Amino acid sequence: MKIDHTQPLEYSTDQNQLNILGFWIFLGAEIMLFATLFTAYFTLEGRTGSGPTPADIFEITPVLIETFVLLTSSFTIGLGVHAMRLGRKNAMLTFFGITLLLGLGFLGVEIYEFTHYYHVGATYQTSAFTAALLTTLGTHGAHVTLGLFWGLFIILQVKKRGLTPENANKSFIFSLYWHFLDVVWIFIFSFIYLKGMMM
Amino acid sequence: MEFFERFAIPHPSPMIYASMVAIALVSIGILVGITYFKKWGYLWHEWFTSVDHKKIGIMYLISALIMLFRGGADAILMRAQLSSPEMKLLDAQHYNEIFTTHGVVMIFFVVMPFIFAFMNLIVPLQIGGRDVAFPRLNALSFWLFFAGAMLFNISFVIGGSPDAGWTSYFPLAGNDFSTSVGTNYYMLALQISGIGSLMTGINMITTILKMRAPGMTLMKLPMFTWSALITNVIIVFAFPVLTIALLMGTTDRLFGTNFFTTGNGGMDMLWANFFWVWGHPEVYILILPAFGLYSEIISTFSGRNLYGYKSMVGSMVLISLLSFLVWTHHFFTMGQGAFTNSIFSITTMAIAVPTGVKIFNWLFTMWKGKIRFTVPMLYSVGFIPLFTIGGVTGVMLAMSAADYQYHNTMFLVAHFHNTIIPGVLFALLAGLTYYWPKFFGFMLNEKIGKSTFWLVAVGFVLTFFPMYITGLDGQARRMYTYSEETGFGPLNMLSFVGSALFAIGFVTLVYNLYYSFKNSPRNIGSDPWDARSVEWATHTPIPEYNFARLPQVASSEAFWDMKKKGHKLFTGELKEIHMPNNSGVPFVLGIIFFIAGFSFVFALWVPAVVAVIGIFVCMALRSFEQDHGRHINVKEIKEIEAQYEEVPGNEDRSHTTTRV
Amino acid sequence: MKIKFPFLGSMLALVTFLVGCEPLMVLNPKGPMAARQASDIMLSIGIMTIVVIVVLVILTFILFKFRASKQPNDYEPPHVEANIWVEVICIGIPILIVAYLSFVSVQSNYIVESAPTGYENEKPLVIYASSSDWKWHFSYPEQGIETVNYLYIPTDRPLEFKLYSHGPITSFWIPQLGGQKYAMADMVTTLHLAADVPGEYMGRNANFSGKGFAENIFNVTAMSQKEFDEWVEEVHERAEPLTEDEFNKLLEPGHLGQMTFTGTHLEFSPAPEHNHGLDIDDLESNHIDHTSHDSQTDSTNIETDHSGH
Repeated sequence: MKIDHTQPLEYSTDQNQLNILGFWIFLGAEIMLFATLFTAYFTLEGRTGSGPTPADIFEITPVLIETFVLLTSSFTIGLGVHAMRLGRKNAMLTFFGITLLLGLGFLGVEIYEFTHYYHVGATYQTSAFTAALLTTLGTHGAHVTLGLFWGLFIILQVKKRGLTPENANKSFIFSLYWHFLDVVWIFIFSFIYLKGMMM
Repeated sequence: MEFFERFAIPHPSPMIYASMVAIALVSIGILVGITYFKKWGYLWHEWFTSVDHKKIGIMYLISALIMLFRGGADAILMRAQLSSPEMKLLDAQHYNEIFTTHGVVMIFFVVMPFIFAFMNLIVPLQIGGRDVAFPRLNALSFWLFFAGAMLFNISFVIGGSPDAGWTSYFPLAGNDFSTSVGTNYYMLALQISGIGSLMTGINMITTILKMRAPGMTLMKLPMFTWSALITNVIIVFAFPVLTIALLMGTTDRLFGTNFFTTGNGGMDMLWANFFWVWGHPEVYILILPAFGLYSEIISTFSGRNLYGYKSMVGSMVLISLLSFLVWTHHFFTMGQGAFTNSIFSITTMAIAVPTGVKIFNWLFTMWKGKIRFTVPMLYSVGFIPLFTIGGVTGVMLAMSAADYQYHNTMFLVAHFHNTIIPGVLFALLAGLTYYWPKFFGFMLNEKIGKSTFWLVAVGFVLTFFPMYITGLDGQARRMYTYSEETGFGPLNMLSFVGSALFAIGFVTLVYNLYYSFKNSPRNIGSDPWDARSVEWATHTPIPEYNFARLPQVASSEAFWDMKKKGHKLFTGELKEIHMPNNSGVPFVLGIIFFIAGFSFVFALWVPAVVAVIGIFVCMALRSFEQDHGRHINVKEIKEIEAQYEEVPGNEDRSHTTTRV
Repeated sequence: MKIKFPFLGSMLALVTFLVGCEPLMVLNPKGPMAARQASDIMLSIGIMTIVVIVVLVILTFILFKFRASKQPNDYEPPHVEANIWVEVICIGIPILIVAYLSFVSVQSNYIVESAPTGYENEKPLVIYASSSDWKWHFSYPEQGIETVNYLYIPTDRPLEFKLYSHGPITSFWIPQLGGQKYAMADMVTTLHLAADVPGEYMGRNANFSGKGFAENIFNVTAMSQKEFDEWVEEVHERAEPLTEDEFNKLLEPGHLGQMTFTGTHLEFSPAPEHNHGLDIDDLESNHIDHTSHDSQTDSTNIETDHSGH
């Protein structure tokens, strides 16, 4: 494996460069995936059947907490990648750890939110609106859950094997993924929650 | 429904029981055969765990051919059932299942793997590479496709086939009107193979953008690779829409959600929209690689460079953009009003312009050429007029007011077969014949090949041209029977005769494979067709590393430059070659996905959950795995290269031998 | 325009000749909508035939002139770069053709989506055509009549079909009067037709809707306004009233013969027009007393469909 030292560590081998480009293309597909979910949501938003409307079920507090937590985690993973580029392994691991804890916090609040919906009678089967809402949120939440495991594995590997080009590459790609989930959340926050609460 | 009832076929017939027995016998036969000849180890090491793009390509090819016979059998049954009025061969339910599976199998499990086969076989060679960007992901793509295909195919013996059409419109495909598990199979099988397609898309784009030979700028890519690049961009942007649509359809059927139902706010039109937002780009996913193959073949057998390279590329880019802007033309009759219909009518017709440019470019490629009528060229020459007819009927259908009369009739069926068969199927058969010697080391018999062409071409015309007429006479598609008074009888009989010729054509194709395997000479050199692009600069059979030295490229026809203009294709010292290791994980994941899919189809939650956990465990193991591949050192390369020089017909003599 | 018609006529004759017997249904229009569509179809067939012939002629010429067997052995085809003017022509001519057809297409779109030509000022006869597995129910609210699987219509009068479905998506199609349109469960679509000539026509569901789809057909009889009025009177004298129970029985999947009732099912089971700007108050008064009008939707969701507005 040839290592090109003029590049940042995560770009330093051919395979690393392929991985990063490939992942950007994957994110392109993910954008289409969420765009489709948003389209479905906007189409079905008003079709509440006998169930509640968005304004009936949305609560501002948990949503604000989720937003705050996730935005912060996006910042901390940025710090983590920065630390990685400086070669500071322990700082990087700490920031990655904080990121995952924040992610876990987000997930906890989201689970609370889902049980709340269940209790106010907005279940998966209630109406087209609830199905679209829960599928959109659920797809994002599933991405976060997957990210938690993925991030944990990366922390373990960096700990065990150090900051190799391979691990740097994985960490960098993971940070792209995490930032992407944050961007999706901003859309969810603005166009699902805020819009829904104002309706 | 009772637990075990779900596994039974809802509408059994002797034909299905016979198929069950046949499937069981064949499967047992294969297993016993492999064990008897002690081939398990060979299969495992050389094929199931292979990450070599050539082997994966060949596995796609074999699967596509097998599925072609499944889809073809469905087609013949349909034509037989309609051959005369009040036919009693199939009942309504059976007929509905058959036209549904015919459509799904042909699109997803024949044409898609066929084009993936060619992409896998040819793209890395054409860009002068050693493999794709992510070889193991590539193997996973194949095994997911294969798992999806198998899952879909067992539907007709376990639980019943889907019966709501390949478009699977809700609410017909919902629980209320489609009570068997058939549509569950549809949703899950397509989901699994769709994930595979998406990953191929990512893989191929990265490969083409990042792994080109020195000197090969984007505007020096051979045309097939260009078509593959654009196709894969479409795949990456279109397939996620299908993923979500299928997810929603699955939850509607399995968890009782209300996305596409008729109550609680559900919206049946949303499915139709999502389906075609994916579905129309899908049409171009099928046709663009075919255009790429025709470009290669027509240029080779005219002995000329491809005319209008830039406009070829430009028109494909334009087609790919327009393909996302026309989906509403699949349901002009949904009542969206004159304004919407007008917009989509215009965007649809606009596609005729870049497509027309391509047709003329192919014609001008033959201009001043030296046209050799080989089998691949016959298909290409047959393609031009037949596809033009398919294309212009497409323009007719695009006139939305007139489409009120064409929609849902045999006219439409005639139109899309008239584009897909000469457009895609001919290209695949042409490509198969053209590239066969490169991958298998012998040529397919020209004489039998020509009779196959004529049978398929005449069969096609006889089968589908009468449908234009019956369509205009009011024969709706998907009718399992019609009465004597309608007068559809004679023309449908003609269609049946045509489809029989078609079928005989495929039998001759199989015979050709067998005959040529037995009788064709093996000393054909590496360039039997006197071809032009760089994939023909490899040895035959191709060594696993493809090129001992990476080619230096200065035009889109580097091999031709080498032969005619003294271009130095391979220069420099031999260097150690890095190759990926084989892996069994993709195969295992394929099996787990199959189990997961099957469990979801029958709502068997325990195995479903276990299988899903299994998938994540495989992913976790992959994360921790350290696999840096292996290296082939210079000495080994020299040994391998030396073997080729001993074979008569190879190397220096290659481009002067065997001309057709 | 003058030259077009003999040309179209000869094309029509050609197609007719090919089939050998009576003209093809779609090309044998009996009303203004179908006539417009048939003329669009013939126009596009004409233009497209020319395109196909041009391609065929060029192809045949090239194949004959440049085939290898005709050329000297040492002939080396030249390397040819694209000529900008050739490309301009190849792009320009298709653009002109497509532009012309787009123009015609847009014009026709507005024509088929509005009252039939020649009948703009007359009050249309409104007929609700709803499908259930695998039958058609025709309600004449004005006349207070409902029929199953057959349709009587007056000639020389605009017809406004309000289409919807009690089940899967279907498509209402009477080829000789005009093109089809979908009937769906959660909205009402409108199809404008008219018949110029009395006679019997085939009508069917063109969109696949399950097992009984092939037989999902109905007869259309066009007659003068006078005969139509007589028929209406006769029905009122002879037919039984349509009750809700009876109607629910009719909705069960299966095939039925032709049936006639007085009264329409719209009174107790209104069309799903509420999504599309119809007077909501009218409908609300209608469905107070109804419990379930079909197996897929129950009363609760009908009420709440309104609350969403």
